[in-house]
Amino acid sequence: MSLPLTLSAHDLTCRRDNRLVVDGVSLELRRGEVLGLLGHNGAGKSTTLQMLTGALPPHGGKIEICEYDLQLQPQQAKACIGFLPEHPPLYRDMPVDGFLRFAARLHRVPAARLADALALAKQRCGLQDYGKKIIGTLSKGFQQRVGIAQAIIHNPAVVVLDEPTVGLDPAQIRDIRNLIRELGDSSSVILSTHLLNEAESLCDRVIILQKGRLIYSGSSAEMTADGNMEEAFLQITRNEAASA
Amino acid sequence: MIRTIARKEFRSLFAAPSTWLMLAVMQFLFAWFYFGRMDDYLQVQAQLAQLDNAPGATISVAAPLCSVLALMLMMLIPLFTMRLIAEERRNQTWVLLLTAPVTATQIVLGKFLGLLLLLVFIVAGCAAMLSTLLLGTHADIGLMLSNLLGVLLLAASYAALGLYFSALNKQPIIAAISSLGMSFGLWLLELSASDNRSFLRAISPNAHFQNLNMGLVNSADLIYFALVIATLLWLTVRQLNDERRHTA
Repeated sequence: MSLPLTLSAHDLTCRRDNRLVVDGVSLELRRGEVLGLLGHNGAGKSTTLQMLTGALPPHGGKIEICEYDLQLQPQQAKACIGFLPEHPPLYRDMPVDGFLRFAARLHRVPAARLADALALAKQRCGLQDYGKKIIGTLSKGFQQRVGIAQAIIHNPAVVVLDEPTVGLDPAQIRDIRNLIRELGDSSSVILSTHLLNEAESLCDRVIILQKGRLIYSGSSAEMTADGNMEEAFLQITRNEAASA
Repeated sequence: MIRTIARKEFRSLFAAPSTWLMLAVMQFLFAWFYFGRMDDYLQVQAQLAQLDNAPGATISVAAPLCSVLALMLMMLIPLFTMRLIAEERRNQTWVLLLTAPVTATQIVLGKFLGLLLLLVFIVAGCAAMLSTLLLGTHADIGLMLSNLLGVLLLAASYAALGLYFSALNKQPIIAAISSLGMSFGLWLLELSASDNRSFLRAISPNAHFQNLNMGLVNSADLIYFALVIATLLWLTVRQLNDERRHTA
């Protein structure tokens, strides 16, 4: 029996300056699944993720998160989702603990569970010794961890991460990847990345966007059946460009 | 949820060094005007004593000071309100609120109340300074309270106006200049009004403040301020909802 759907998007479109930047993208995500969103720069990955999380209203299409319609029941739908955008939304003048408490309250974590949620998020992101630090004084890697912590503090059913390892050193990348694997055990994860080895090692399924259109959807195993993911990705995108 | 956002805004405003600098400069200017006004009053006090129904210290010192305070707040509030939404957009922290399960109404009320709390703190500081009048004279407490109420209502109106311009703009400085320009324009409306029953006077918040400044607590003025604040907050909520629906 297949696992329940946590997120489904149907025929998403988004226009900017009368140009379609996302054109009829549909995708589904099941509980415990890690989905990789691949594509070249400007393919529409970040725009798609913004639409899936309610940060950007789509011009067309329908999104359901945990069976709640994002347009009609936005509060219920957004309570099920945690989002780390490309630029982590951090208040640089706040201490880590204060910011994470604010993020937890915003996501309706009950007061009685707040301390536990804070401790767990910090432990998962390796921030135990940084609670009192001001966010603006932290290195980029630790700011990224705080960004991930705010996305998972309310234990959402769907975690959306937009290029979570960009700009990090190798040790930090390893830690974040371990965390994403761990998240994949309890939640559904959508991960946008340029790093194909990252998608290969973390994702159960991948989809590829090109010029706003979905050009491939399949399991990581299928994609790498005839070689590595990099070759497969380049082949798929080249074929699509040639046929366009 | 409104309380969560209000508390965060109040703390963020208070944590910013620029807030402390602005408060320090404001208190210094207020104290300067206070001593200047007091000095003027003491010089003419002997002549005033010979008059029937001579104006007391409260109407001669406290009321003009509250007018000065209202003017200072008009110039100061846009610097606070520009941070509330426009700066969040520029710093890309706005997405945290957009993707959280909160409504535009909760965001707007939370941010407005957070700033209002800071304004209450500022007005309380000035009220504490004015209360030193009680040490040397029988001050008119009613007049003082009506003045403080007027300052607070006027400040709340400017805060709601600034919040609206903050929602309209992506650049904080443009939001601040627009809000200041509009506040200044409304203030000039009152000056340019030809008579007391002029329409221009009726729509100027300053004209309604002047009644409270004279100790006249009139329900029409209170309703005016309530309507202005509610309308501007409603427009801000509408603006944010429009953006969420892609109709902006």
